[in-house]
Amino acid sequence: MAYFDFCKTLTFSALLALGLGVAQPAAAFPDREVTYIIPFNAGGESDVTARLQEGPFQKITGQNFVIQYMVGAGGATAWSQLNGMQADGHLIMGINLPHLFLQPMEGTVGYKTEDITVLNVFQLTPHALIVPADSPIETLEDYIAEAKAAPGAITVAGTGSNSANQVAQLTFDKAAGIATTYVPFTGTAATTAALLGNQVRAQWGFTTVAAEQGENVRMLAVAMEERHPLFPDVPTFKEKGIDLVGGAHRGIAVPKDTPEELRQQLSDIFSQINSDPDFRSRMEEGGYVLVDIGYEVMDEFMSELGAEYIEVGKLLGLVK
Amino acid sequence: MILEHLAASLSVANLLLALAGVTAGTVIGALPGLTATMAIAVLTPLTFTLEPSSALIALGAIYTGGIYGGCYAAILINTPGTPSSIATTLDGFPMAKRGDGDLALTLAVLASVFGGIVGALALLFISPLLAKVALAFGPVEYFWLAILGLTLVAALSEGSLIKGLIGCCFGLLIALVGTAIVGGDTRFVFGTTTLLGGVDVIVGLIGLFCIPVLIDLVATPEAHLKMSSDVRGFRLKEALSIAWKSKWNMLRSSALGTIIGILPAAGGPVASLIAYAEARRASKRPQNFGKGEPDGLIASESANNATVGGGLIPTLTLGIPGTPADAIILGALLVHGVRIGPNLFSNQSSIVYTFMFGLIIATIMMLPVGLILGRYFYRSIIAIPKAILAPGIAFLTILGTYAVHNNIYEVWLMLGLGGVGWILQKMGVPPAPIVLGLVLGPIAEQGFVQAWLIGNATGNVLGMFFGRPISIAIICVALLVLFYPAITARFARRVPDEGA
Repeated sequence: MAYFDFCKTLTFSALLALGLGVAQPAAAFPDREVTYIIPFNAGGESDVTARLQEGPFQKITGQNFVIQYMVGAGGATAWSQLNGMQADGHLIMGINLPHLFLQPMEGTVGYKTEDITVLNVFQLTPHALIVPADSPIETLEDYIAEAKAAPGAITVAGTGSNSANQVAQLTFDKAAGIATTYVPFTGTAATTAALLGNQVRAQWGFTTVAAEQGENVRMLAVAMEERHPLFPDVPTFKEKGIDLVGGAHRGIAVPKDTPEELRQQLSDIFSQINSDPDFRSRMEEGGYVLVDIGYEVMDEFMSELGAEYIEVGKLLGLVK
Repeated sequence: MILEHLAASLSVANLLLALAGVTAGTVIGALPGLTATMAIAVLTPLTFTLEPSSALIALGAIYTGGIYGGCYAAILINTPGTPSSIATTLDGFPMAKRGDGDLALTLAVLASVFGGIVGALALLFISPLLAKVALAFGPVEYFWLAILGLTLVAALSEGSLIKGLIGCCFGLLIALVGTAIVGGDTRFVFGTTTLLGGVDVIVGLIGLFCIPVLIDLVATPEAHLKMSSDVRGFRLKEALSIAWKSKWNMLRSSALGTIIGILPAAGGPVASLIAYAEARRASKRPQNFGKGEPDGLIASESANNATVGGGLIPTLTLGIPGTPADAIILGALLVHGVRIGPNLFSNQSSIVYTFMFGLIIATIMMLPVGLILGRYFYRSIIAIPKAILAPGIAFLTILGTYAVHNNIYEVWLMLGLGGVGWILQKMGVPPAPIVLGLVLGPIAEQGFVQAWLIGNATGNVLGMFFGRPISIAIICVALLVLFYPAITARFARRVPDEGA
């Protein structure tokens, strides 16, 4: 048993040492490390983003993150417990949109969208329609033509049900007047594997997938206002006459009892992180798109997006 | 060029990292509830200050140690230390009960090192080829693979097939709880938010395996494990000779482990269960499986360590993680600024090759580390009086369950499942079939629904399910596993007739 204790102590002391980091004479806030809760699995996009944010955060505030994972129910487990956590500004939680809008529409998930105090939305991964590199489908027009010729015959993979990917599929199909079959998978890994193995014809994913897979895939279009800097040859849906702009947003939220001044301060810190040039270039190389939606404009942003997603909810059959 | 990377992996810093990683991983993997994946997630930040290749070696060493470490709890307290060690409990614990715990531990080390090296060599030499295998597995293949795993229920039923099937169905029922992947509807959550994520495999494992063991520990006056009267050292020679006799089993199980490790969303648990099923089918003494047959232990442990190398194959060649731990390793690579994806091998070959050699070295280091740590754990468990052992294990189970999701309700769930598991055990339903259903149920369901969706869209449902070459191969193996005993029994009866 003594050996157990020794090993556990060793491991935890090492973690503690890392967590405490460099003790700075704290000016105002934050005055100790900030707990950053990630509602998804380690190694995923939310996790990697948080880890990359830690460097600039350290530079700006002199404090570290303590990253914790609270996985379950596509994020609902964490979000439903957010408002019961410490509200002194030293605890933040990652949030994802459209999850926050769509999950409460599905039923009892333990929270309502209005319950979550979103401070800052800093990242967008735009929808992208992807096919394998050796697919006979070369352009978006080919895809639409084939779908029209055989309704429901094209199988498209996506991650999860009632997720961003499914939203993209339904919105696009409605706008283009076609019908495709959505096949959900657990996690981006399984979804991309299905695409590369030609188990399905196409994938509704994000620009990050195309950035990772490079020459193995072909992106037919991206859901952005203008072309993505990494992929200048890939048209936007808008160019092709389909109004599909959006994707999955990532941001942070705090427990609702967190004081106003701290909320604004946290939002400003994250906006600063977002303008760090090294951080920006790493994110953009990965296919992410950085956005800057701070606390001041958050109410407007969320209500606009909320209205859009109610329409989506009707498409999904979640809202009557 | 390649030798340069080998030399780099043999630097003092890297060797020390490999040693530290394997040790830390083994200890963490040994504690029920703390898995190899968790060990990597928690220790990843410590590697950010290192060079990318050194960081990878550290993480790989932790991973392989963690997968191996699960066998300690499996053999000594009948609780899988990690989900990859479920099949190890089946023969490991009976061996420990009859006084062969030290032999079991040594065999486990040998098997794990062998499996780990097979997986790592596959990674080093035939990654691109095997990556194609990963892609060829579609939803249908996952479905049939899960069915193949479920045929194991016959083997796990300890005599009464009906009770085994009841257990398996109960496991499948528990697996239904939560949110369905296809369709998103919630099932059996009773309006709570805890159950939205379903019943985690680890919660089920600890509850169903460990709690009944704990209750029995307290209820009976005898010592937990039979103590051997003399100090017999590691019994290394004995173990080596058993392992040599079992060499085809080890090779086959390692190969199965490597291939199943390549498939995203399969991994250690599935690999060790299927390798165990195959070992039992191919064995000359199938009736001994589940009663302390070394071949079963060897099959499980070599398969699960082979998934370490196997899982890294799609991770490094395609940027698609083969197991959840690989997802974290990929994430760590990203933070180090290493561009993952299909070009990793060509653009960053020095990092990748140094890492692969380092993994092989770490796996070899597992032998002395494992033997020593194993000896220490064994002595502790044997020597500690029950009055301390029982509360100690109880504490660990609660700690381990809480560590999964930081969710106290899951601890209650675990205790509840434990109570149910104990009652079921008293009625003759062992925990292994239940966990089998819990692990394989979701894979089977997802595979089935996805395959049906695709087959329906292309108008070819039957062809989808029964017409693909890999599926046909898996179906044949499943049928073989199911009917082989009956067929051999029929032949055995015939031969005496013909002789007469």
